Amino acid sequence: MATRQPTLAQTSAAQNPGGAVDATQPARPRRERGTRVRRRRVRAAWLFLTPMLIGLALVAGWPLARTFWFSVTDASLSSLEGANFIGLENYLVHDNGWYGILADPLWWQSVWNTLYFALVSVSLEAVLGVIVALVLNAHFRGRTLVRAAMLIPWAIPTVVSAKIWAWMLNDQFGIINHLLMTLGLIDAPRSWTADASLSMWAVIMVDVWKATPFVALLVLAALQMLPSDCYEAAKVDGIHPVRVFFRVTLPLITPALLVAVIFRALDALRVFDVIYVLTSNAASTMTMSIYARQQLVEFQDVGYGSAASTLLFMIIALVTVVYLYLGRRQLGGGS
Amino acid sequence: MTLRRLKSIALTIGFWLLVGVLVLYAIFPFYYAIVTSLKPSSQLFEVSYWVDSLDFSNYVTVLSQPTFLAAIRNSVIVALSVVLIALLLGLTAAWALGRVRFRGRTTVMMIVLGVSMFPQVAVLSGLFEVIRTLDLYNSPGGLILSYTIFTLPFTVWILTTFMRQLPDELEEAAIVDGASPWVTLTKVFMPLLWPAMATTGLLAFIAAWNEFLFALTFTLTDSQRTVPVAIALISGGSQYELPWGPIMAASVIVTVPLVVLVVIFQRRIVSGLTAGAVKG
Repeated sequence: MATRQPTLAQTSAAQNPGGAVDATQPARPRRERGTRVRRRRVRAAWLFLTPMLIGLALVAGWPLARTFWFSVTDASLSSLEGANFIGLENYLVHDNGWYGILADPLWWQSVWNTLYFALVSVSLEAVLGVIVALVLNAHFRGRTLVRAAMLIPWAIPTVVSAKIWAWMLNDQFGIINHLLMTLGLIDAPRSWTADASLSMWAVIMVDVWKATPFVALLVLAALQMLPSDCYEAAKVDGIHPVRVFFRVTLPLITPALLVAVIFRALDALRVFDVIYVLTSNAASTMTMSIYARQQLVEFQDVGYGSAASTLLFMIIALVTVVYLYLGRRQLGGGS
Repeated sequence: MTLRRLKSIALTIGFWLLVGVLVLYAIFPFYYAIVTSLKPSSQLFEVSYWVDSLDFSNYVTVLSQPTFLAAIRNSVIVALSVVLIALLLGLTAAWALGRVRFRGRTTVMMIVLGVSMFPQVAVLSGLFEVIRTLDLYNSPGGLILSYTIFTLPFTVWILTTFMRQLPDELEEAAIVDGASPWVTLTKVFMPLLWPAMATTGLLAFIAAWNEFLFALTFTLTDSQRTVPVAIALISGGSQYELPWGPIMAASVIVTVPLVVLVVIFQRRIVSGLTAGAVKG
């Protein structure tokens, strides 16, 4: 069985519908009749792509280029046009001491907060997601209803779930303090969202609650495609189910789990809504997105805020490139 | 033998306990929002686990606010327009990417995937300028435009995946008959892609309905807000006296349609999520 595992893993990776680089091989009529028809099709293809490409250029390409440009200017929200080029002064400048983002302790705290938030919440979501997926994969009465219930946190708008949790975590009247005090776990109410040592955990709690269904669904899709024969073999051999999980199931669902984790990680690195609603601009939970938006909109310092946005973009681009590279290699090896 | 039986009973109980805890964890917050929204304001600060009063005054308060009704209207307009645009542009692009082999196809796919990973805040200042230049600031148009950045990539991606799965013979017959690509797309593929379009449309609708950062930044007046912003900005006499009853009522009002959609279409949503592995 040990020798069969890699091939199984590869097949499941190649068939895995969650595999993000899945759509790169087009179906096409087996014989593309004649070059005339073929040329017409290629021309039509570009024609059909043009509206989408113009759309993406207008809302993504051009604005991103402008953000890069603003980051080396002294632009402010009221005078975007009259911006002057000031080099890298928004990033770092020496003028009787170091100034700029890279010398701002609050920026570094935001970076640390973001990484901490992403690491902890995505790890919890991965573990919980696998557990939920295993439960949903079992055959029991009412499975469809349970799956629908699991989807509810995912469907609730982030702002709404943050508000609901803010109410449940309310320091004076919240049900969570009430419950914990009734159970005798705490002896005085905690102010979950205001206390700097607790607020990050409050934010993580809400994010885990909301995003676990997404991970669970991707893992469940992979679980449902597992071949049943190796499970039967394991059962016949009398191998303990926990051992079967770690030796057979986990390696086989790893590709799908990785896709889910990378998507969650990219989301967690740019997290904004849940933190803005729960704890606003508090330093203890400030993330890179919150920092950048505060500079851009509230302090109206478009140049400085754009520099922060640019740094955030670079970090996420780096993660994406590493992921695409790994994903491509994995898929190339599988076929 | 009895020991084995005992063990299996214990395992069954443990399993159902786990199912119970997970379901409770998933639905309790929304349930608690409903419980809170049905309380009169005098009982708001007594914790209760059950619906012990049916008082609709919070709903009346929320629904009699013109700004909240305007927010619902704006959200509906924005979300529906975003779905239409994303499906139209996504369908044509998916035909090109899914059915035709040409140089640069992989590059276009990579661009689409790359854009779906953009942090929204990275385009905030540039997009603000574009929206102001087009005179769309503080209007639904600005939001419809800006939402394409996250709806279009995953629409294209999912529809391409579905488009690829359709058999070649369909299109070959159309080519033999001399049908143009546009006719092939609208007459041959579109009828077969309705389920996929429903799935992507639903996901785009949910994404647009829930969006917060752009809506917060690109609108200014109460009459132009969308629902998430309106709820986030509900405030009371001071920072410490939030009107929790009306907030919970508003939350329930904007969430119930989504929950109903998700429960009805859960199969479709799951297939869309796993096909595109879109953000959650």
